[in-house]
Amino acid sequence: MKPFTYARAGDVAEALRAGAAPGAKYIGGGTNLVDLMRETIEQPTALVDVTGLSSDIKRLRGGGLLIGAAVRNTELATHREVRTQSPVLSRAVVAGASGQIRNMATVGGNMLQRTRCAYFYDAGGSRCNKRNPGQGCDAIEGFNRTHAILGASSACVATHPSDMCVALAALDAVVHLDGPGGARKVPLTELHRLPGDHPEVETVLDRSELITAVELPPLPWARRSTYRKVRDRASYAFALVSVAAALDVRGGEVRNVRIALGGVAHKPWRAHEAETALIGGPATTRAFRAAAEAELMAAKPLHDNGFKIELATRTITAVLSELAGGTR
Amino acid sequence: MYAKSGAIRINGTPVPPPDDPRVSLLDLLRETLGLHGTKKGCNQGGCGACTVLVDDERIVSCLALAVQYTGRDVVTIDALAGEDGLHPLQQAFIEHDGFQCGYCTPGQICSAIGMAGELERGVPSHVTSDLSAKRIELTDDELRERMSGNLCRCGAHNGIVSAIAQTHRAGQLSPRSSTKARRAAR
Amino acid sequence: MRGAAPYAAEFAFDGMVYAALVFSTIAKGRIVAIDTSAAESAPGFVHVMSHYNAPRMKPMMPWASSEKAAGNDALPIMQDDRIRWNGQPIAVVLAETQEQADYAASLVRATCEAEPATTSFAQAKANGTETAMLGGQPVHIEIGDAEAALATAAVSVDATFHTPYQNHNAIEPHAVTVAWHGDELEVHDASQSVAHNAWSLATMLGIDEHQVHVTSPYVGGAFGGKFMGTHQVLAAAASRLAGRPVRLALSRAGVYRLVGGRALTEQRLAIGAARDGRFVALIHTGTSTHIPGSPHPELAQFVSYSSYATDTLKIDLQWAYLDMVANAAMRAPGEAVGSFALESAVDEVAVALGMDPIELRIRNEPATDPLSGLPFSSRNIVKAWRAGAKRFGWERRNPTPRAVREGDWLIGMGCGAGSHMYAREPGGSARLTLAGDGTVEVAIAAHDAGMGTATVQTQIIAEQLALRPEQIELRLADSALPGLVPGVGSSQTTTAAATTVAAKHEVVAELLKLVRGDSPLAGLTADDVTPRDGGLAKIDDPGRHESYASILTRAGRDELTIDASGGNPTESEQYSMYSYGAMFCEVRVNAITGETRVSRLLGSMDCGRVMNARTAAGQFRGGMIMAMGLALTEETLYDERTARIMNPSLAEYHIPVHADVPKIDVIWTGIPDPHAPLGARGIGELSMNGTAAAIANAIYNATGKRVRQLPITLDKLL
Repeated sequence: MKPFTYARAGDVAEALRAGAAPGAKYIGGGTNLVDLMRETIEQPTALVDVTGLSSDIKRLRGGGLLIGAAVRNTELATHREVRTQSPVLSRAVVAGASGQIRNMATVGGNMLQRTRCAYFYDAGGSRCNKRNPGQGCDAIEGFNRTHAILGASSACVATHPSDMCVALAALDAVVHLDGPGGARKVPLTELHRLPGDHPEVETVLDRSELITAVELPPLPWARRSTYRKVRDRASYAFALVSVAAALDVRGGEVRNVRIALGGVAHKPWRAHEAETALIGGPATTRAFRAAAEAELMAAKPLHDNGFKIELATRTITAVLSELAGGTR
Repeated sequence: MYAKSGAIRINGTPVPPPDDPRVSLLDLLRETLGLHGTKKGCNQGGCGACTVLVDDERIVSCLALAVQYTGRDVVTIDALAGEDGLHPLQQAFIEHDGFQCGYCTPGQICSAIGMAGELERGVPSHVTSDLSAKRIELTDDELRERMSGNLCRCGAHNGIVSAIAQTHRAGQLSPRSSTKARRAAR
Repeated sequence: MRGAAPYAAEFAFDGMVYAALVFSTIAKGRIVAIDTSAAESAPGFVHVMSHYNAPRMKPMMPWASSEKAAGNDALPIMQDDRIRWNGQPIAVVLAETQEQADYAASLVRATCEAEPATTSFAQAKANGTETAMLGGQPVHIEIGDAEAALATAAVSVDATFHTPYQNHNAIEPHAVTVAWHGDELEVHDASQSVAHNAWSLATMLGIDEHQVHVTSPYVGGAFGGKFMGTHQVLAAAASRLAGRPVRLALSRAGVYRLVGGRALTEQRLAIGAARDGRFVALIHTGTSTHIPGSPHPELAQFVSYSSYATDTLKIDLQWAYLDMVANAAMRAPGEAVGSFALESAVDEVAVALGMDPIELRIRNEPATDPLSGLPFSSRNIVKAWRAGAKRFGWERRNPTPRAVREGDWLIGMGCGAGSHMYAREPGGSARLTLAGDGTVEVAIAAHDAGMGTATVQTQIIAEQLALRPEQIELRLADSALPGLVPGVGSSQTTTAAATTVAAKHEVVAELLKLVRGDSPLAGLTADDVTPRDGGLAKIDDPGRHESYASILTRAGRDELTIDASGGNPTESEQYSMYSYGAMFCEVRVNAITGETRVSRLLGSMDCGRVMNARTAAGQFRGGMIMAMGLALTEETLYDERTARIMNPSLAEYHIPVHADVPKIDVIWTGIPDPHAPLGARGIGELSMNGTAAAIANAIYNATGKRVRQLPITLDKLL
């Protein structure tokens, strides 16, 4: 780990001032950043600790919640309103990592965690366009069973590892940012980028911009929502495919639906195609399957990950069927 | 804005934060303080052997920069046993064959105590069926899911699970009962 | 339990420095230059060692090349500019703190010249393979014409199985803390083989064996991965160079780079059977990856030597040479992956015959060892099958695949047989000191990495000498101890048991020499007496008794010391000796996602006498859980383009977690082996075998899918 200075920010203004220094980086729980620093993938020369900033979950006028960026993952999953109004979010959070890590990890840090691509992680021995732009990608012809089937590029096929963000994407969450240029808001679905020619640029954040909160707009029918994560062991593993969905069915007809996928793309993948196909149509397994297939039409499998197309299709279908049938 | 302030309370004793901010809480415990009870299994956040309690919550100390923990209250395996003997969970691990090589054991024990606190606070898990329930029963499925951040390679899983379940049923698992003695001693 | 037991990385010396390794990132080639200037100016830097300045040392001594050799290869360590595998250590950086050492090591820049390397299994086979060797003999056996018998058999199965590279992943990473005191080397190791390591270090460093003192009081799991390794040598050499004590704790990735695991295998398993189920042909051939000089054959075929009666038999193992880190012995080497193939194929035969797979196995029980013709010392596998089937509820199994479903979950049952050869090493010894107060100290250079060695040995000694366990002080895991147990794997128990029996005889004989004329024991011979109640008593007249303390005190002796040895294992020459397991599994496979959950596991064992029910059950469960990983989740991702391990991490190498592990049931026949010391045959590796096949066969029963490539991840079941 490269030597760095450490400072704890008392408020956003302090954080932004310190974060503007060259080589500075914000740190939350550190569960991803510290690991990446040990691997020499991240080499900040100054760490600005932002865990002391907003760690409240506030009810917004007109409904919805404002979740401080320093809220710990455990607290988010446990919050009564989150559990009852947006169960998909609570379920997504507790599907991630372990109890210990969820106690440390912050909401802001969770959004900015980096891919688990083996070649990205192998700073010493593998080529990666994320670590060294233009160097090439060893994953495309290598082990890519866990890699992207949607929205990838010839430069990068990595996936975003977060579970929480998949639920946030389904819930139309809005990320609150603050930076030298002032405060602004970005929909969660637009926070992360697809890799294109610049996989090293993972989000739309400007340098030294800081996530201060994430806003959950009111979505009363998201009481019927859930998260399904499919992985290589029963717990404590990253998703091969995950599905976050909320469904509003009345009289056998889909009034509204939100679907997002994890483990399939460089960003939490909002399934707009599937949603469009479903709204106004019948809430049947056949329709769910057709919508899922429509979403996966664009999928491009690599050598090892073609199974994800069928797996995602089946999992979307199963999750929607469960939501249509049950009251959870 | 401050660089570092105050001390880290470790098993009740104030300890200054390290000069080198790269030092993890785990290495502060093991190398600086000689508290070797907390184990280093992977230094990647992948095994849970380094689990300690911070303000009664379980964390992996390998991914924790020590400087981030000033003003916090850290409890390690080294302080769980009281003057009058082992912590009930430590005793239960012996009775239920909850260990073989012993290396993951301190992490399993601290993790279980932290887990009990989470249950009391109503923290749900991946297998909790009813998220709106006021009270979550510690079924075997809940226990195994919640302890899945602690790897064991010898295969003592059955014994670990029954030791924790028994101690929990006896009402002796919560952080409150676990750290009472230490607080009283302070 | 309190966290007070000291492991290797927890010993410290004054002035100790910390080591960090620099690894090669190519599979083969030469080091052109190593630029250490940036590292040397980093804060806290103390020293750097590479092939430019490392002391001259002999190469590693591989297993069995000498009595105390315990290495995994025969390679020189940092003696030349050659790169032999991807991940080979090419420099050791020492600094005042671990953080400083790690950072300085990250600044070392090596220029290497790559040479064409063999990194893929296919390329290695294309290069030409060699017939594997075992004990100086080629692994090629033919009894009759198995291919012809297969071709004409009423029913036949002929399939290819693949098993991946896997690593031990003990939770404690390898670590060593060393200090030189003049020419004496003190080593605190995490090791299964202290005496071997002391000898190996001495030989490689060119000093006397008695100048090296290795202790390893606590080992955080080993599983065959913690014998003599590269890192102990590097630490000792770097310490000598820097003139400072050194702690070298491998990072988790470092463990993967330096310590090999199970070799990759490709196995052909063909069985021809008559209509009545009788095997007329058994063919078990294949290829394992290997490096020249490696002592571990990964002999998957071994399981087919004596498991079943068959008219004809063909065995062959080829080695395909790769430029990769040498494989190691990993819990039940060869057998774990071989039994997966054999027992899967037997299940396929049962399906083809429409016969119950247990009945098929029983029908092919051999009367004597199929290969050697020797009688079995004690083989009660049929009893184990019957008892296991009853307890597991095997009669409720629906033999039709995909017939049992609960919601989205397909449910299936499967079984598989396991066996593990009895082994006892010659020359095991122990020093036993009987003190004037009647207590005993036993020194034996065995180790305990969680298997319960200390508990079991204490119990055995107490039982043999009619003492209470608390009267025994057992000293283990110290190379300075007089006792030596050469058997360091599962043969340790049997070797030590034989030694203990010998020790008992010697103690009795020596004590009788000290007995005074007025003793109740006066005039009795060794055949007349036996240990009883902390002393000796006449066998048929227990009233004639004198305590050890009394015998010694009245003889004016403070203590009695004897050195005992178990002698040569002649029993293995007269009998075919194996432990057996009948493994049962129930799985649930999600019909939508292909996720597999093991819902029930039962091991029904026949392993001779069980010395200690608790530690034995722990060993059995441990092996079965590791076999769950073998079957379902574990694979070291070895990139065949570069020979680089891509998941050197406990987050990405998936060993089973709590949520994967059901309650595991274990039972045993408890029938002592009349030809093994104390009736025990060794148990530590047995339950690794047969379990993976039981799981795979249960998956077949649940889904109708036969997966012949491990691990059986969900994508193979979609």
